[in-house]
Amino acid sequence: MAERQIHLKRTGLYASGCNPVNMIQAVFYNEDMLIYDLEDSVPAEEKDAARLLVYQMLKEHRPKDKYVVIRINSLYSEYFEEDLQAAVRANPDALRIPKVEYAHEIQTISRRMAEIEEKVGLEVGKMEIICNIESYMGVLNAREIAESDDRVVALTVSAEDLTASMKAQRTKKGLEVFYARNAVLLACRAAGIDAIDVVFSDINDEEGLREDTALAKNLGFDGKTVVHPRQIDVVNSYFTPSRKEINYALRVLDAVEKGKQAGKGAVTLDGGMIDKPIELRARTTLAQAEAAGIKLDGMVI
Amino acid sequence: MEIKKPAVAGTMESSDCMVTIRPGQTGIQIDLQSDVEMMFGASILATTRQTLEELGVEDAEVTILDRGALDCVIRARVQCAACRAAETHYDWEKEGACHG
Repeated sequence: MAERQIHLKRTGLYASGCNPVNMIQAVFYNEDMLIYDLEDSVPAEEKDAARLLVYQMLKEHRPKDKYVVIRINSLYSEYFEEDLQAAVRANPDALRIPKVEYAHEIQTISRRMAEIEEKVGLEVGKMEIICNIESYMGVLNAREIAESDDRVVALTVSAEDLTASMKAQRTKKGLEVFYARNAVLLACRAAGIDAIDVVFSDINDEEGLREDTALAKNLGFDGKTVVHPRQIDVVNSYFTPSRKEINYALRVLDAVEKGKQAGKGAVTLDGGMIDKPIELRARTTLAQAEAAGIKLDGMVI
Repeated sequence: MEIKKPAVAGTMESSDCMVTIRPGQTGIQIDLQSDVEMMFGASILATTRQTLEELGVEDAEVTILDRGALDCVIRARVQCAACRAAETHYDWEKEGACHG
């Protein structure tokens, strides 16, 4: 199993794979995840062109300070096989898989990725997977999907297709996806992976974006996909840890370190056990703080 | 790779280029129109020739309308236009992994 690093996922911005200027400009914004898209933003007659563009772009101009993701077309689409061949060779940090409904789909994709990784000399299993949950069946199976494969590092909820599958109306308040957001979030927490929230589609409603992002943060999400660069800084600000959260994270890591030095197998803090996911979340909190420019040196626990 | 019919890839948007490839009989003939031809014309032509050579294209008439495309964009557009003109899919098996 490949060693997993912590990667911030406060914001994910799509860059259409059929638009060079879109891909070039997206590097200069503050999103944590840059998602090169081969799916919805690419018309059917441009799928071949998009694969080549994304591959060549990453070959020569891979962003150094982003978590690089490629969204491919779904397992059952006619574009899947060629997308996978191109995307794995492009060697992003992760593939984003749309319309995931069952754990076995991810296991199939992971095996196919491994075959290509082996063939081209990449470390097998290092490339990660983010699953888009876009249907009621995906929500019902979220826990199995989250735990389906070691590559899976996050689930994300996509509200438009989801509400269509539920026969629900999409509203700005989003009550129709409230259960799905929570179900996916809990699945992620059970698996110890990141949870990424739905997009807020109205790019002209900053107040609405703030309300929705505050709710996502309070529910426990790690980040949100954005639909426009102007949403990035707002969303990043909500997913930047507070002083209280940073302090707790520092205390967790301090307790872990002291436990290691004392040769203890189990470490506790405030009467509670610190297990691996808690330690990982503490490290993520500090990584988020540092990414936001907060200086941790000299902070007193 | 045999060029069987005229085909186009790319757009006239900024940072892109439109590549048209037609069947030819006298090697690779390239007509380049670019605002940056003075500075980058030789480089664009070299990239185009190299890309076609790698694809095994021996005879073709190529037109490139460049709008300031990066080298990697030109390469991708030429590959795409050539595959469309040859009525074939790109052979990913010959590509290695990116290590950017």
